[in-house]
Amino acid sequence: MFRSYILLFLLLGLVMTTGSALGAEKAFVGGQILTISGNQIDKGTLIVRDGKILAVGPANSVAIPENAERIDVTGKVLMPGLVDTHSHIAQVEGADSTAPIQPDVRVLDAINVRDSRIQKAQAGGITTANVMPGSGHLLSGQTLYLKLRDGKLTDDLLILLDDGSIAGGIKMANGTNSQRQAPFPGTRAKSAALVREQYIKAEEYRKKLEAAEDDPEKMPARDLRMEALVEVLTGKRVVHHHTHRFDDILTVLRLQKEFGFKTVLHHVSEAWKVADEIAESGAASSLTVVDSPGGKLEAKETSFRNGKALEDAGALVGFNTDDSITDSRLFLRAAALAVRAGMSREKALYGMTLAGARMLELEQRIGSLEVGKDADFIVLSGDPLSVYTKILETWVEGKKVFDRSDPRDRLYAVGGYGASHDQPNSFDAVLAGEVH
Amino acid sequence: MARMERLKTCRWRGMTPVLVAFLVLMTMVSLSNAQVAVKGEKVYTMASGVIADGVVVITDGKIAEVGPANEVTIPPGHELLDAKVVTPGLIDAHTVVGLAGQLNRDQDQDQLENSSPIQPELRAIDAYNPRERLVSWVRSFGVTTIHTGHAPGNLISGQTLAAKTGGETVDEAVLRPAVAIAATLGTGAREQGRAPGTRSKAVAMLRDKLLKAQEYSDKVAQAEEGKAPARDLEMEALAQVLSHELPLLVTVDRANDILTALRLADEFGIRLILDSVAEAYLVLDQLKASGFPVVLHPTMKRAFGDAENLSWETASKLRRAGIPFAFQSGYESYVPKTRVVLFEAAVAAANGLSFEEALSSITIDAARILGVDDRVGSIEKGKDGDLALFDGDPFEYTSHVTAVLINGDLVSGGDKEWR
Repeated sequence: MFRSYILLFLLLGLVMTTGSALGAEKAFVGGQILTISGNQIDKGTLIVRDGKILAVGPANSVAIPENAERIDVTGKVLMPGLVDTHSHIAQVEGADSTAPIQPDVRVLDAINVRDSRIQKAQAGGITTANVMPGSGHLLSGQTLYLKLRDGKLTDDLLILLDDGSIAGGIKMANGTNSQRQAPFPGTRAKSAALVREQYIKAEEYRKKLEAAEDDPEKMPARDLRMEALVEVLTGKRVVHHHTHRFDDILTVLRLQKEFGFKTVLHHVSEAWKVADEIAESGAASSLTVVDSPGGKLEAKETSFRNGKALEDAGALVGFNTDDSITDSRLFLRAAALAVRAGMSREKALYGMTLAGARMLELEQRIGSLEVGKDADFIVLSGDPLSVYTKILETWVEGKKVFDRSDPRDRLYAVGGYGASHDQPNSFDAVLAGEVH
Repeated sequence: MARMERLKTCRWRGMTPVLVAFLVLMTMVSLSNAQVAVKGEKVYTMASGVIADGVVVITDGKIAEVGPANEVTIPPGHELLDAKVVTPGLIDAHTVVGLAGQLNRDQDQDQLENSSPIQPELRAIDAYNPRERLVSWVRSFGVTTIHTGHAPGNLISGQTLAAKTGGETVDEAVLRPAVAIAATLGTGAREQGRAPGTRSKAVAMLRDKLLKAQEYSDKVAQAEEGKAPARDLEMEALAQVLSHELPLLVTVDRANDILTALRLADEFGIRLILDSVAEAYLVLDQLKASGFPVVLHPTMKRAFGDAENLSWETASKLRRAGIPFAFQSGYESYVPKTRVVLFEAAVAAANGLSFEEALSSITIDAARILGVDDRVGSIEKGKDGDLALFDGDPFEYTSHVTAVLINGDLVSGGDKEWR
């Protein structure tokens, strides 16, 4: 009996030792640190432990724990992992062609975590992505905010909120993409009418739920569509709204005013025409920066200067890849092109990180290098806004998920044979040319 | 010269007056009375190296002199411009802008005619819209010459042309009315519900047409006075490929399809320009041996379909192998409706190409591949006064094009026009 206690004690000791080894601090020393929330630190120290940021600051003000593993990043730049507020990686699917409004459809049920575009996004420094269905519907489904951890199952990439629910928003669209044959709308006014009709139904459903006061006898029958829309009305689920033309943008804001949902405006091609109105509404804007105007009517007046216009108006502005509209590996290019057109460096980098975190309502956990936040960061070879800069490493919750010096990761970073195939079981076999 | 020889051997005398008229017209429209001198902290001539504190004198629209500022006398009456960096006007070695428009609606999409898979007789000059906004868009990023025309997507989609991004009519814009005949191999050539439905069928159809064109050419060449066969526009166009007057521009990505293109060239003794060529890095030896140039896919092209294995480092591999290549903005069917070749070269410059190699691939190397290097592609005495002015490293995302000159005329204030 006594011996078993000793054994148990020894085992516990072993577990604790191993545990503390796993939980050992890593100290990144010597690099320039862009915390985003505070000032740029020219020679800083970042200490991470158990997936969180333990300390960050100038080298002379941060004590490095004795047993910490030191990682020298002299000459390099550290910044928070990038937040992509609008992406279609992971072979995502949403609503089908049977109806224009499908709030019951979940991205959760239709993604492939082995999609190589997840690896490419990691190579692009993206650590959190809002993975969404497309814009061919007025409402195409529930989106997922994914942490781009190395994972083999969808569950491995989910973000769980404090109430145990899975983080995500809802995708909506107006303008031309969702206009087609009935039952889809044929005009803009019809689009808005169809959406308002559903919101009004959801308000009624919400009233029934509230009146039932959790009494199972009085609860209305479960309705997956209405449940999702009630989450929108109560603000639990942010509306990620595809909208390009200035009048379409104003329509979103009009509906927002009527029904009180939270919204992030996506693409916002003509934001420069209504930047003040956007700022006044309090809605955030997530810009897709593309290399030329057009490709469809509603995008023909897009401008690199949307970032500057929204910044000047005082609106919250961030960016997205809309991958595969732009390449996740070049996400930083969006901020750089906005700076080309007059946006401040500071706000552009904020737009790649903390602004995105705020749009996903995850700013308590991600988006800046602050004590207590998730240790999601990237190591760059130089200025984040230079074409010549390489993303060297991407870390998610204290774990390195991309390392440019590893040939397996490098394949995804620069492309080549097999780089677009699903993540295989054995990279070695791929590199040896045995599996394609 | 090759043109005149072919005219003699084929005895297509009926075309001569048309060509002469065209050449006269081209000479007329290239006249410009622009007098301008451009000073640059760095002038990349792409012919005689980089000149620090250089100056380019443009007289009557042509480059009259280039050299260090302290050695060049600027003649009176020349307007002065200055910039941090001066390069030759950039060349996009393959695009569809001008045939494809930004609206992406029926009325502005003329890059593909789907009534038949093989239509080499379709001429780009009959469709090019010099006032298309996508043309002025790429011009604002320093692009002064484009190789544009029929798009990839049909087995043979039509002809391409080389044009300046200035000019209000196609005649004013055109540099070469026909540069190549555009073909596609691989998945892109396959059609739904009609032939070709497979790769093998596509090649069989192409071989069949080329054989017929060979017979047609022979008949024309051997015909006695007044007994030439009836004119056949399709056959005439393909005969130009067989006679080496025009290369076949083959859009192809997969390694096996690249080799198929080379097999075809070998069989018929035709010249190719290999276009896109995503898997070029798998067949470098064969490409090198062929001697054919490559117009490489946009670096940022999406890695899907036949191009799924593309690499950002292919350009540097072509360069190290000594295979001539240039960059293109390519063909886009959605958003963005066109890419910008400056940006495509920039990403390659960050992935193995040196700065000057990357610049070369969108200037002089592109000019040589398109056969327009007598006019454009470098800053040399006697060439057209086409320049791009920058306020910093042209490839940096945050630099700007500050002015664009064509034949010495200020045609764009640069990308600040769009800011």
